[in-house]
Amino acid sequence: MKCLRIRNIDQGAIMKLNKILKNAFLITFACLALSACATSKKTSGQMQGDVYTGTDTVEYLASGVPDRVFFATNESVLTTASRETLRKQAAWLRKNSKITIVLEGHADERGTREYNLALGERRANAAKDYLMTYGISSDRISVLSYGKERPVDSGSNPLAWSKNRRSVSVKAN
Amino acid sequence: MFRIFFFFFLIICPIKAIALIEVDITRGNLNPLPIAVSPLSIDEKSKESFKKILNKENIGLEISSVVEKNLKTSGLFNPLNKDAFLQAPDIANLKPRFEDWNLIKAQALITGKVNFDKDKLRVEFRLWDVLAGKEMMALAFTTVPSNWRRVGHIITDKVYERLTGEKGYFDTRIIYVAEEGPKTRRIKKLAIMDQDGANNKFLTLGNELVLTPRFNPTSQMVTYLSYFRNLPRVYLLDIETGMQEVVGDFPGMTFAPRFSPDGKKIIMSFAKDGNSDIYTMDLENRIVEKITNHPSIDTSPSYSPDGKYICFNSDRSGYQQIYIMKSDGSNVKRISFGKGLYGTPVWSPRGDLIAFTKLHKGKFYIGVMRTDGSGERLLTENFYQEAPSWSPNGRVLIFYRETKTTDDGKGFSAKLWSIDLTGYNERLVNTPTDASDPSWSSLLSN
Repeated sequence: MKCLRIRNIDQGAIMKLNKILKNAFLITFACLALSACATSKKTSGQMQGDVYTGTDTVEYLASGVPDRVFFATNESVLTTASRETLRKQAAWLRKNSKITIVLEGHADERGTREYNLALGERRANAAKDYLMTYGISSDRISVLSYGKERPVDSGSNPLAWSKNRRSVSVKAN
Repeated sequence: MFRIFFFFFLIICPIKAIALIEVDITRGNLNPLPIAVSPLSIDEKSKESFKKILNKENIGLEISSVVEKNLKTSGLFNPLNKDAFLQAPDIANLKPRFEDWNLIKAQALITGKVNFDKDKLRVEFRLWDVLAGKEMMALAFTTVPSNWRRVGHIITDKVYERLTGEKGYFDTRIIYVAEEGPKTRRIKKLAIMDQDGANNKFLTLGNELVLTPRFNPTSQMVTYLSYFRNLPRVYLLDIETGMQEVVGDFPGMTFAPRFSPDGKKIIMSFAKDGNSDIYTMDLENRIVEKITNHPSIDTSPSYSPDGKYICFNSDRSGYQQIYIMKSDGSNVKRISFGKGLYGTPVWSPRGDLIAFTKLHKGKFYIGVMRTDGSGERLLTENFYQEAPSWSPNGRVLIFYRETKTTDDGKGFSAKLWSIDLTGYNERLVNTPTDASDPSWSSLLSN
């Protein structure tokens, strides 16, 4: 008797569950469609893949010489845009031969602290190596990694994270 | 005066008593043991003396509250409400009326008394098995009055050990990073507190960024990363004297420090020219040894308790994974093969497990695996959490968790949490400010 009753209840519950699930599916579908639109609109023009391409946090070492380059998640490879920025920095540094710089490497908040310190160091060195190939002496460049300790955008969203994955060239004198 | 010696001068522990009550700590404990903590009895004269020194109305009651809170936090015990106690503390300590304690469903009972004895605090306590009507343990010790909270922690450790068969973790401290200010300009200080959050003290002023403090085996020294003068270096701090010194003064960045199990070496990462490798430094003769030699990132090293092996974090496979090797750097072997990225491996003090942080599909997990990588078990999932540190008995993990920040920059917080190895008993650890990078000390009294 007892067994039978439990089974009955279960069947009722399953029926209900099915209904709920169907509705839930419809709703999530709608949500997905909406969010897809939202993200593509929001990020276009500011991010390519997950590399930041906007300028709202960028500062300038001199007219037309941006101070920072951006990286993809977990990457330290320089993008085409980053190389162009660094070539401008190298040209400016060649003209101003007394200036020394610190390359500050940063990571986003989506990684463990110690790994991010190493990653920030690797990113800053990627920028340093590129500047050196354009004739800037390594004596003029020092490297400092902050890992995820100094974000420029405090938000917890993909756009904020892309602005934080950066190497910034800071005048040291 | 950090190390205070406790004089055990009365030990009437029944030798190899027949196993009475037992608490199983290997499984998630959903039925915590009902235990009555009778306030420690105290005579009027002692009460007055302690009131003058410690400014506490009834120190007996205060000490038993510490015990009670500890037992509750462990998740293994259910301390019963004092209002239901029928027997007065002083009489209970002489000879409990077991029927009375049975009536309120207590299975174990702690009684005791406090005396003011030649400017010292003298405590004796007893643990009783209510059902069997037997004394399980009796201990007494003497210390300076200001140590009264530690007395409560030591009583808890003894009770925990008697009932679970394993050492406790209550007479311990936590060193961590206290955080304040906006996320983009966070101010960080080293801070230390008792395991239960009491006696919080800041050890640095916040003028420079400090990260990842870790205790040495005797819990007298701390190694950590400081950005003093914008040079990220591994430092050593003596907690008693406050003396600080650089130990990783290499031409680059040194970070991710930890002590070897004998406390004689510091193992750390050294980053130069975009490559991080693992090094050790002997604290006596300052001899530096390079342990890994690979163009990838090698970081977060942690020794096995016998000092023969090191687990560490490397992205030599392309992404962050956990590896182990012999302590001389040979026999490197990857042990993490699950989905996602793995970081912050820490070897358990019992030697059998490695705790880690895992990142998978935008979620962060704290988990454990055996030292060969088998038996992976995820204990907790969240938006962001990392950096587990083991309790000295290897039963509890403390870590930190950060909340999501909204697009207008609000809602960020970082807090310490603890969780049992079983995956049960997740708890917020209270700190006066935001907190991260916790490290658990060893047992202070043994």
